[in-house]
Amino acid sequence: MGELKLMKGNEALAEAAIRAGADAYFGYPITPQSEVLEYLANHAEKRTGMVILQAESEIAAINMIYGAGGTGKKVMTSSSSPGISLMQEGLSYIACSEIPCLLANVVRGGPGLGTIQPGQSDYLQATKGGGHGDYKLIVLAPASIQEMVDFVKLGFDLAFKYRNPVMILTDGVLGQMMEKVELFDQIPRSKEIPRWATVGKPPTRERNIMTSLNLQPEPMEKHNEHLQAKYREIEKNEVRVETIDCDGADYIFTAFGLTARICTKAAQLAKAKGIKVGLIRPITVYPFPYEAYAKYATKVKGFFDVEMNAGQMLEDVKLGVLGKAPVEFYGRMGGMIPTPEEVFKAFEEKFLGGKA
Amino acid sequence: MLEEIIIAGFGGQGVLSMGQILCYSGITENKEVSWMPSYGPEMRGGTANCITIISDEKISSPIIAEFDTAIVLNQPSLDKFEHSVKPGGVLLYDSTNIIKPPTRTDIKIYKLEASNEAAKMKNTKILNMIMLGAFLKIKPIIKFDNIIAGLKKVLPERYHHLLPLNEEAVKKGMELVKS
Repeated sequence: MGELKLMKGNEALAEAAIRAGADAYFGYPITPQSEVLEYLANHAEKRTGMVILQAESEIAAINMIYGAGGTGKKVMTSSSSPGISLMQEGLSYIACSEIPCLLANVVRGGPGLGTIQPGQSDYLQATKGGGHGDYKLIVLAPASIQEMVDFVKLGFDLAFKYRNPVMILTDGVLGQMMEKVELFDQIPRSKEIPRWATVGKPPTRERNIMTSLNLQPEPMEKHNEHLQAKYREIEKNEVRVETIDCDGADYIFTAFGLTARICTKAAQLAKAKGIKVGLIRPITVYPFPYEAYAKYATKVKGFFDVEMNAGQMLEDVKLGVLGKAPVEFYGRMGGMIPTPEEVFKAFEEKFLGGKA
Repeated sequence: MLEEIIIAGFGGQGVLSMGQILCYSGITENKEVSWMPSYGPEMRGGTANCITIISDEKISSPIIAEFDTAIVLNQPSLDKFEHSVKPGGVLLYDSTNIIKPPTRTDIKIYKLEASNEAAKMKNTKILNMIMLGAFLKIKPIIKFDNIIAGLKKVLPERYHHLLPLNEEAVKKGMELVKS
């Protein structure tokens, strides 16, 4: 068993980055995730020699990721909603150039500068693009501090396996709250240089070229086809989902991240009243676990989707259910967090015509 | 065992660290723990609170609206959380600065002149430890020795010379409930 600690989500994320053998972090402070940079600045360099740099802006940080990632190093950044918006241009370039890297978005309520309280309103930005062009991030949605730790390691593994940016999509609550975590042992920083890395051309091989620019449309289309084939591969191999008590359930609650935890408690309230409720929690929100919904769509009386936004994952849930069962939604916005009691009440109103 | 607690007061009164000490101590006893602070502008001197959950089972939601126990250190927090205590639950408050006391009759209410006691002990910062002691007397969910171990984790090392005083404050809180 690894070392047990009580940690804040942001600190756990930072500690996991050090232990995963990350080579560099470039970032710019923003609430509610500034502890990531703060923790790394205090601990990382003296332990592993990891480079920690506070950039002059989020735009600079993502372009530092672009450059350092291009050398085949394990690089990471983190920010919160408005900062992640600033990074979108860079992310599109990085995805096109197929540079592995890890990002964490500790989401706060938007739009605009919004609030520093938690939100899930960057779901569509994270899963459907955000920047320009046809590209995808692999997006992991942790629901506990343990997963904040585990997904840093998994995120780096996936980033290098597919040469693709990976995002940890979390929120202000998971960033700020503390839970018990089991930490994995230190992984040494890698000395290996990937064959594609742009680190200077030795006489033994061709030049490695890393670019997102191709003025001729024919090769640009070829590159797009290559990227799309990679995304299909990711969709085939990397779907992760947690289902709880769905077999024999009359209703299925569904949510990602923190809201899934709230729904677990709401489901307990339902069960106490004799209502059979299951839960589907997408762990990867891209690739999305459509099949988990399809599997139960003809067996349940309805799906109840809960999010801290106006209904973003809802679009994917509906694509999974394909009209075979009613799908209802409950959401809070602008930094408000639904309570389990509130979720259960909304479920009663939408499906049971008032009180259970 | 599942104990869902809200701890609330002014920023600087030590409400967040009280929750952290409970969590660290809980881990020592192999319990599941969750600590969720308010992290908004209230951190800068207004009201602060944290939801602390200690459980034998895996904790579902870290966000809850009804509590087994409310530990309250000021009037705004009392106004806000008196009605969030589950029927039959516990409301423990520092009465020193309360002008509008709680009125519920379906919960167990414990009032402590904890600020005055802290002043008598010549360190107003140990108010939170007096309250923590009182809580542990009412609900002995964690062993005293493990609380002290938790305190050691939360208190920065440069303050470790204050450990005996803090320990005394926890004991004082326990006594105050007895009397």
